[in-house]
Amino acid sequence: MRLSRPALLAASVAPLALFGVLAVVLWAGLQHDPSTLPSVLIGKPVPAFDLGPVREGDRGFRRDDLGGKVTLVNVWGSWCGACKMEHPYLMQLASTGVPLYGVDWKDDPADGAKTLKLLGDPYQRVGNDQAGRLSLDLGVTGAPETFVVDRQGRIRYKQIGPITPEVWHDTLQPLIQRLEAGQ
Amino acid sequence: MIADLGQFCLYLALALSLVQTAAGFVGPLRNSSRIITLSQTAALGQGLFIALAFAALVRLFATSDFSVMVVAANSHTTKPLFYKIAATWGHHEGSMLLWVLVLAVFGAAISVFGRSMPDSFRARVLGVQGLIGVFFLLFILFTSNPFVRLFPVPLEGEGFNPLLQDPGIVSHPPMLYLGYVGFSTAFSFAVAALIEGPAGGLWVRYARPWILAAWICLTIGITLGSLWAYSVLGWGGWWFWDPVENASLMPWLLGTALVHSALVVERRFALERWTLLLSILTFSMSLLGTFVVRSGILTSVHAFAVDPARGTFILIILVLATGGGLALYGLRAPGLPSGRVFGLFSREGSLVLNNILLVTITGTVFLGTFYPLFIELAGQDKISVGVPYYALTFVPLSAPLLLAMVIGPLLLWRKDGGKGWVERIGPGVFAAFSVLILTGAATHGHNLLLALWLGLATWLIVGAALILVRRARIGKAPAGDSLRLARALPMATWGAILAHLGIGLLVAGLGGATTAKEEGVALLAPGQSTPFAGRTLELKDISSGKGPNFEYVRARIDAVSPGGGVVHLAPERRFYPERQSETTKASVRETPLGNLYVALGDQVNDGRWTVRFYSHPLAIWIWLGGFVMALGGLLALIGNRTQSGPRAGDSAAEVRAQAAASAGAAPQPEGTA
Repeated sequence: MRLSRPALLAASVAPLALFGVLAVVLWAGLQHDPSTLPSVLIGKPVPAFDLGPVREGDRGFRRDDLGGKVTLVNVWGSWCGACKMEHPYLMQLASTGVPLYGVDWKDDPADGAKTLKLLGDPYQRVGNDQAGRLSLDLGVTGAPETFVVDRQGRIRYKQIGPITPEVWHDTLQPLIQRLEAGQ
Repeated sequence: MIADLGQFCLYLALALSLVQTAAGFVGPLRNSSRIITLSQTAALGQGLFIALAFAALVRLFATSDFSVMVVAANSHTTKPLFYKIAATWGHHEGSMLLWVLVLAVFGAAISVFGRSMPDSFRARVLGVQGLIGVFFLLFILFTSNPFVRLFPVPLEGEGFNPLLQDPGIVSHPPMLYLGYVGFSTAFSFAVAALIEGPAGGLWVRYARPWILAAWICLTIGITLGSLWAYSVLGWGGWWFWDPVENASLMPWLLGTALVHSALVVERRFALERWTLLLSILTFSMSLLGTFVVRSGILTSVHAFAVDPARGTFILIILVLATGGGLALYGLRAPGLPSGRVFGLFSREGSLVLNNILLVTITGTVFLGTFYPLFIELAGQDKISVGVPYYALTFVPLSAPLLLAMVIGPLLLWRKDGGKGWVERIGPGVFAAFSVLILTGAATHGHNLLLALWLGLATWLIVGAALILVRRARIGKAPAGDSLRLARALPMATWGAILAHLGIGLLVAGLGGATTAKEEGVALLAPGQSTPFAGRTLELKDISSGKGPNFEYVRARIDAVSPGGGVVHLAPERRFYPERQSETTKASVRETPLGNLYVALGDQVNDGRWTVRFYSHPLAIWIWLGGFVMALGGLLALIGNRTQSGPRAGDSAAEVRAQAAASAGAAPQPEGTA
């Protein structure tokens, strides 16, 4: 295979050009902090939804289940490794009475159910969002993600990535206490 | 005091890396052997002082000196010494220091062991290597100084992430860094060659041992990381497709392509331009991986404390290094001589296919990793890509690669007639189909995927053996002759055989553990038992106690097989008061045929315990395959060092003539693939 002169020149500078595009994308990506919720959603009520069941013989999870108290809505999936890492800690939180609700995202409900059966079920209610409609409305960027919803059913915070003991003690728990106190 | 010493060593190292860079570039220009020697000495000195700084940090951790901020934030007095030392690189600052340590060690090693290459070329390599060192030392000193003091000095540290308190953490990050920072050598050699101008592919000969060394370490590092995830995370997974894992996989894939294309340059003087480009790209992937981990641009379970300043700094380094390398490539590549022509159906052709597929696979992993970022910038919602994406892209692209990698090494260089090869691969085809049909029959057609995986693994394993059959003329020559031929085989050929065998074992392990796995969960009280995967599992008792810095609950579980054999398992849950967090310590019985994996879950209200079981047939071969591959690389590396290659003083023309003569004379050039 012999390249013609112009083709050779083009092939030689193409990598640099492509890298230039990538560098711009990376730079732009740095300007977006992925861990902050788009501000439009903060303070807004959780949109209406009614999700089908994950557990067998269950009624799933809908909008009306939220509100009245401060709740955590955790987006997960059986395919998500980081969710499995987070899971034992969710179990620990659930056992201390933290109200956790689950959205099984982009997942076959049977797979989701199997995961909960295997690893334990920390959720008061859990629904399947296989089509990703709710998650799209919520602006979910990846799994796991956890939304803090206040007593009026408004989104107050979004945690991107697993809930670790640090995240819980430093961010979520203080926030929940403030919201419970009605601030 | 020790902290100040460490700090001082870092400044000295920075000064020496500047000297190394300047002398490395100026020496060859002035043709001054004194300046060239200076670059070599500076490289040694830089390595020495970074090693001293690192030793200082290790000592601070070992003695729990909480006047140093990173020690206070990541250590605890009750922690065993082993993990105190491991904590040195278990956080951002320390791991960046390990990063530059590896960089400097490679530089110093080139300075000491690189005598076979011309002095001026070595000086330029050291110049480039030194420049990368300058950037990263500045990064450490400005944004991530591990020696920053803390006042008032706390009485106790904040402890160390319990997930990292596993023997794996001691070896996994250093091996990983030796690998992906080691690819800096590929970059340095390629850039030095581009600066120097066409050298008839000689640079590849000098670079190859370093590239191989990095590849071996990265292979081991990734394998250890996967093993760590398997044993520590407690749900029997070994790969997550997490951005940070992908960040180490991408340089590995390109590095694997590079090891193969370098072979073509060395043996056949073709693909030189491509190999230069690949060298630059391989290290760029390492830099990009560092950027992803440190900037927090993508969410990952592994991410370190995120600081936009760090991300920006590393992005600047990435742009300077990769952009600079690619610009130089764009300037020089058109002027490089074109390589020899070869037929598409030839050893070279198969290696080109190998490269195309490996680069495409890297591309899909790249897209999967960065997709969320592109989508977000396109104004859409961010979407993360999960396992289904990789199942749809990685697997279909890997299949042709794995099918072709058996045929490639059995083809002739330059041009293969197109008849003999069918006969050569015959035994592989036969064995693969036999295993496929037998597995299909044994599982009564219920697990055809397993049959496909095992057929593919057999194809690869037999294919690796066929390299030996062909080279030693087994079955064609009398047994005595074959033995003699086998003994005389170059070490590098044995390396290729083992590396390809390793892939076969890996595929067998992946196939068994993904398509034939079983999972189960049961609530058990002591004395109760449950059937699982053909055995009876009995919970004997539950005990609790204290480790050095944790409290544990341990279950004793006996797995009784129908034959009466008993396996004792003891999964644990550990609670680390220093971090108020729990970890699961799974108990795994590993046998060549499969793993029995047991993890202890929560205690439910009635006092019974949740116990999770997994059966992963053949899983152990996933990691053994990785280690066998690395061993293959090691043999190739040893072979490379002992092989009578050209030495300094041979001119490029002579080398070309030599190679041309030997290629023409021997219809079957001994070699590797």
